[in-house]
Amino acid sequence: MKRLLKGGRVVDPVNGLDGQFDVLIDGDRIARVGADLPASLAEGGEVVSLPAGLVVCPGLIDMHVHLREPGQEHKETVATGVRSAVAGGFTAVACMPNTNPVNDTAGVTRLILQKAAEANLARVYPIGAVSRGQKGEELADIAELRAAGCVAVTDDGHPIATALLARRALEYTSMFGMPVIEHCEDPTLKGDGCAHEGPRASELGLRGIPGVAEAITASRDILLAEMTGGHVHIAHMSAWTTLEAVRQGKSRGVKVTCEVAPHHFTLTDELLAAPIPFDTNAKMNPPLREARDRDAMLDGIRDGSVDVIATDHAPHHYDEKHVEFDRAPFGIVGLETAVPIAIDRLVHAGVVSLSRMVELMSVNPARILNVPGGSLAEGQPADITILAPDLEVTIDRARLQSKSKNTPYDGWTFRGGVAATIVGGRAVFVNSAAGLAMEAEGA
Amino acid sequence: MDPTVAPAAPLTGLRHKDLLGIAGLTPEEVVLILDTAEAMKEVGQRAIKKVPTLRGKTIVNLFFEASTRTRTSFEIAEKRLSADTLNVAIATSSVTKGETLVDTAMNIEAMAPSMIVLRHASSGACHLLARICRAGIVNAGDGLHEHPTQALLDAFTIRERKGRIAGLKVAIVGDLLHSRVLRSNVRLLTKLGADVWVCGPRTLIPVGIEALGVRATTRVDEAVEGADVVMMLRIQLERMQGAFFPSLREYFTTFGMTEARVARAKDDVIIMHPGPINRGVEIASEVADGPFSVILDQVANGVAVRMAVLYLLAGGAEHETAA
Repeated sequence: MKRLLKGGRVVDPVNGLDGQFDVLIDGDRIARVGADLPASLAEGGEVVSLPAGLVVCPGLIDMHVHLREPGQEHKETVATGVRSAVAGGFTAVACMPNTNPVNDTAGVTRLILQKAAEANLARVYPIGAVSRGQKGEELADIAELRAAGCVAVTDDGHPIATALLARRALEYTSMFGMPVIEHCEDPTLKGDGCAHEGPRASELGLRGIPGVAEAITASRDILLAEMTGGHVHIAHMSAWTTLEAVRQGKSRGVKVTCEVAPHHFTLTDELLAAPIPFDTNAKMNPPLREARDRDAMLDGIRDGSVDVIATDHAPHHYDEKHVEFDRAPFGIVGLETAVPIAIDRLVHAGVVSLSRMVELMSVNPARILNVPGGSLAEGQPADITILAPDLEVTIDRARLQSKSKNTPYDGWTFRGGVAATIVGGRAVFVNSAAGLAMEAEGA
Repeated sequence: MDPTVAPAAPLTGLRHKDLLGIAGLTPEEVVLILDTAEAMKEVGQRAIKKVPTLRGKTIVNLFFEASTRTRTSFEIAEKRLSADTLNVAIATSSVTKGETLVDTAMNIEAMAPSMIVLRHASSGACHLLARICRAGIVNAGDGLHEHPTQALLDAFTIRERKGRIAGLKVAIVGDLLHSRVLRSNVRLLTKLGADVWVCGPRTLIPVGIEALGVRATTRVDEAVEGADVVMMLRIQLERMQGAFFPSLREYFTTFGMTEARVARAKDDVIIMHPGPINRGVEIASEVADGPFSVILDQVANGVAVRMAVLYLLAGGAEHETAA
């Protein structure tokens, strides 16, 4: 079937486009992008006239989500996770291997891909474990994981246990051009910390995790990437010292990339004290840090040091979060809040252009993971996100599509939202509030 | 005096359902509690140490951490106010296998107590229960966060001895990092205008503690110099394993409160300790047992202060709990 998206502002940085263009979809591919394409091109199909102000961009890709399946289906499943993804404007997600069992074998990878095919909403790119069982002792079967569909490796949830193993992982993956994604954290400095080490944690009597715990591991891995020629991608960067290490690495030509999660460029550890003291939805790892760190993340996004915005979508069941702060698991859901936050706090706030936001959320994740997408060029898969930059969105945790509702943004209002999500030419999500005359097509 | 009548107390109560920490109190409310405690102390000096103020109220002492002093003190306070009181002591280890804190609290809540006095190893545990319980929550120590009745009894003891708190130099010496007593005392003493110094090894000073309005030093002589009050904090023996300091012997020689160090303080200095004390670790026996020590006065005053808190929260002139 053909579908012609008429009248939108097309933002497609890879192809140098930012202006009024029409997009013709033919089946599951992009057929043409051009000004004032005639409706006759969509003959037998559908012409969708976009309300003024909507933006058509390459499908957003979240390269850091926890889908929890297999093993923790009470928190999330592949099916609920991808429903959450498309509701949040993401046409693809890359999922972390800290499942139970760990995604350290091709069998687990294939199970995830099978579940994703059944769900048939967002594309799912599994990420394999660096080490068998994520135990940090021996390498997982990385070539087999890759052959089964893994696009990167990580021991996320934990750092790669030793410098030696990190070195080996970087050397080994460099054979395939695969990135090693690192959860940077010195476990001895983290200890049993549960909040950012600083005046706020001191006042509340919460054990601290210093920012340097992150920067030390990042520095180690950047040096190892430099030595080996491997590619290290720093996950969920939160500390200003880590950003400095990344900048230095980049300036020396090291293959290092990095991502920042929306909560780390919007929130600080003030959220631990108010409005809800000791709110477990303010507990994530790495923790919410100080204003200096939060502002550094914005600087890094502004000056191009930061490559990617990724959510670290970490669903947890209500029961698990409704406990004492130090006993609660780390993490918040992020798939359905990322776009409103990014448009409001980055684009409307003047930190980056919309085109740059598309690079951070689509172009660069595709490039780093070496997966399709990030471009509206003819012949590309028709993975498209339609944004509504002026739509007022109020986050309502009860209406999240994710199985878990652990968000600190409940009740927050942002300017910017998702109008529709198109995967392989199919409109898998349409936001009725955005005034788009298009029907969602179920899985 | 008629022993069945409660002593005169100001006719204003606390406007709160809970006492979660000193952080939530105004200076006026702190003074109200201290003034009320003076009246309560008088009850404890009578032949019949009982008033009917909390008759018909049930108070549950829910202790998830071992405590002798605090639990006993609360229980005596409750009994002197004629509350029906019971103690639930739960070993933390068994809880990790079974019921959650929230479920335990909801079960107790279902039996309609007026108040729950909670001691728990997790910072913020009292805030969690205060959000879900109709019963008033009284913090008897939550993790490293607050121990408000300890700070109130300390302030009561200081005021009793010195007649005031504003303008006094108070030196707090010991394991600052792991101390909820420190955090409550700093909040209270700075609220009432004391000049608060905190001192300990660098490894045991919380990052950014100055933000609470205190001066921090690692030189114990500087902290004690000219002090009106020296408050020692307990050194937990397991801290050596965390590499916070090399040995108890070295701790004592560097930070222990000896007679020589006390001599740097004012002539009428008082020496305080929330207990239990480690003799020869943070404090020399000569100091703990010496003429400046008010350690046992603190314990005695704890009952009066807790009576005041319970009275003002549950039996106070205006406030009635919904339960």
